[in-house]
Amino acid sequence: MAAKTTDNYLGRELLRFAAVGSVDDGKSTLIGRLLYDSGSVYEEQLEAISSPGETPGDDQINLSLLTDSLRAEREQGITIDVAYRYFLTAKRKFIIADTPGHIQYTRNMITGASNADFVLILIDARKGVVEQTHRHTYISSLLGIKHLVVCVNKMDLVDYREDIFELIKSNFNNFLFKLDYTDVLFIPVCALYGDNVVRRSGKMPWYKGLTLLNLLETIPLSGDENLNDQRFPVQHVVQDTETGHTSNMGCAGTVAGGIFKPGDHVVILPAQLHTTIMSIDSFDGPVEQAFPPMSVRIIFTDDVEICRGDMIAGEDNLPFISRDFDVMLCWLNSKKLLPDNKYIIKHTTCETQCYVKEIRYKVDVNTLSPIAGITEAGQNDIARVALSATQPLVFDKFQNNRITGSIILIDELTNETVGAGMII
Amino acid sequence: MQHHLNHIKLLESESVYVIREAAAQFINAVVLFSGGKDSVVLLHLARKAFWPEKIPFTLLHIDTGHNFPETNAFRDAMMKKLELKLMVAYVQESIDSGRALEESGYCASRNVLQSVTLMDAITKNSIDAAIGGARRDEDKSRAKERFFSFRDKAGRWDPRNQRPELWRIYNGRKKPGEHFRVFPLNNWTEMDIWHYILLENLEISPLYFSHNRDCFIRNGMIYTYSDFIKLKTGEKVQNLRVRFRTFGDMTCSGAMLSTAGTVKEIIDEMAVSQKAERSSRLDDRRSDTSMEERKTTGYF
Repeated sequence: MAAKTTDNYLGRELLRFAAVGSVDDGKSTLIGRLLYDSGSVYEEQLEAISSPGETPGDDQINLSLLTDSLRAEREQGITIDVAYRYFLTAKRKFIIADTPGHIQYTRNMITGASNADFVLILIDARKGVVEQTHRHTYISSLLGIKHLVVCVNKMDLVDYREDIFELIKSNFNNFLFKLDYTDVLFIPVCALYGDNVVRRSGKMPWYKGLTLLNLLETIPLSGDENLNDQRFPVQHVVQDTETGHTSNMGCAGTVAGGIFKPGDHVVILPAQLHTTIMSIDSFDGPVEQAFPPMSVRIIFTDDVEICRGDMIAGEDNLPFISRDFDVMLCWLNSKKLLPDNKYIIKHTTCETQCYVKEIRYKVDVNTLSPIAGITEAGQNDIARVALSATQPLVFDKFQNNRITGSIILIDELTNETVGAGMII
Repeated sequence: MQHHLNHIKLLESESVYVIREAAAQFINAVVLFSGGKDSVVLLHLARKAFWPEKIPFTLLHIDTGHNFPETNAFRDAMMKKLELKLMVAYVQESIDSGRALEESGYCASRNVLQSVTLMDAITKNSIDAAIGGARRDEDKSRAKERFFSFRDKAGRWDPRNQRPELWRIYNGRKKPGEHFRVFPLNNWTEMDIWHYILLENLEISPLYFSHNRDCFIRNGMIYTYSDFIKLKTGEKVQNLRVRFRTFGDMTCSGAMLSTAGTVKEIIDEMAVSQKAERSSRLDDRRSDTSMEERKTTGYF
């Protein structure tokens, strides 16, 4: 612990992952094990979860209690909402989105996975691949996740048998080949005793791969940021504090794609105003190159009219501009989605209204086949939907850019976030 | 790796984005200022978010009347330096007007009463968002917080039914009387905060650094002796060399023996410590779910 010098600390990479899976597959225990074995658990947390009166030791500690939390949840006996956990290894800092397994709370699983670099999914070795495994891997794939780590847990309850592990692997691969993952890694684990989590298991000599922690340390950084297509959603137009004028003060925002440099020829959309970047800076001084997800200010050579919600894009690589587009929509609310319904739509820093032109089909999460002839979508449904917005949106396809290709729908009456859409 | 930010820079950028969204989506947002290290980092990030403009938010401080004198002095110096507007709401006023009931006994604290004063200030001043420096790693109920966290008319947080929050699209829509708590530092850990303070050379309260102070020991914890404290028989005042890892009111903040006099020394000390940050807070030790209970009724 004492080796955590400042330089080492600051040089770390940040990785976000979502832990998903079905109810009772041991997700809380696995995360508890990861936190415990990597030394990220405090003394008093340990006291709180050790059974009193018994000899303290590994076996008396209920690791799942490290992550199960709210009283509201304990009363119901299930995890309702996503909880975020943090731990460090020598090279990396991890943010775990510990998501609920229950189908009723899929909206919270989506919340946790939407910002993840990769997904860790648990499968109970006794039960194998179940519907929630399909649902969660499909949703993760829709959310643009490229890397999947599959932990086949509770190997102790199937006598650490290799054939069971291999069977689950081949069953799951039959489903996964229809999805867009670039790599999928399987690890047989027993979270309760720690096998193959942080230390290699003596019970499964047939497994030659990495332990989960080794894998987390070495999994390639996403590299999924789009560095080719310059995209900068305008978040804030800078004013002169004394005069209130905005001329030549530039605009602030976070780079959503590409690399911006002074001298670049850009277009301000949707107004189609062509201009050149004079300078890029921030509180910390001039910036030579701005790339995702840096927060900077951009100043132009011309006194262009610009407002929040505009998009700055590279001149030779423009996004789409349209009022009409299709999305793959995860429906998050018990109030049904119906054709002609109106919603508020939020996209980057822009907000407008839209209506549902057509629900084209729903997806059967087990077979991934489209179900046509659909007139409504309910909570947890995934559907391809045609939307029409009041004002044109400046967007990319989600597969090219997670930031400029995503939208949410908001119910006008309740103000709740009811849909998560990925533009296709 | 050339176009890659390290984890502190990533966290900084994320927070700046959230702070700018709060400014854009709310009409009357305030920053909750406690005088602690997290609010110092929060204000610094707000400066970065709006530079070269000034920070567009008013600061709201809930003064319990049991604050450390150092806290109010630090607050006033900070306001002056950053040219910020300050609004103070007093727990004493809530007590005097009968809106809050003062606790009595040995463990009397005004911590819980703050919720009443905070909610009254929010209602009276039509505040539609209160931006705070809470972090998800502080407590298990905070681990479930959104960046934009919805509060109903009574200021209640409903952990069973939070709005989904996708990507970095934040939904701050609400009806009159409802408001949001915004937590730009959600993903920072205590260690991240300390390293950022070191990196950006930020000025923090002197309470964090080792100093001599009159203390007494209760249930194995070191507390500050002050006029608000009733000593039990057997407890005696002793002058100790201490610092605070986290603090709120004088009555509920536990100190630790320490000689750490610089941020670097604090970091080194923390690197070998195995205790949780808020374990020295009496307000959190009342019960296992004490933060959750207070949060559902409007606590910050």
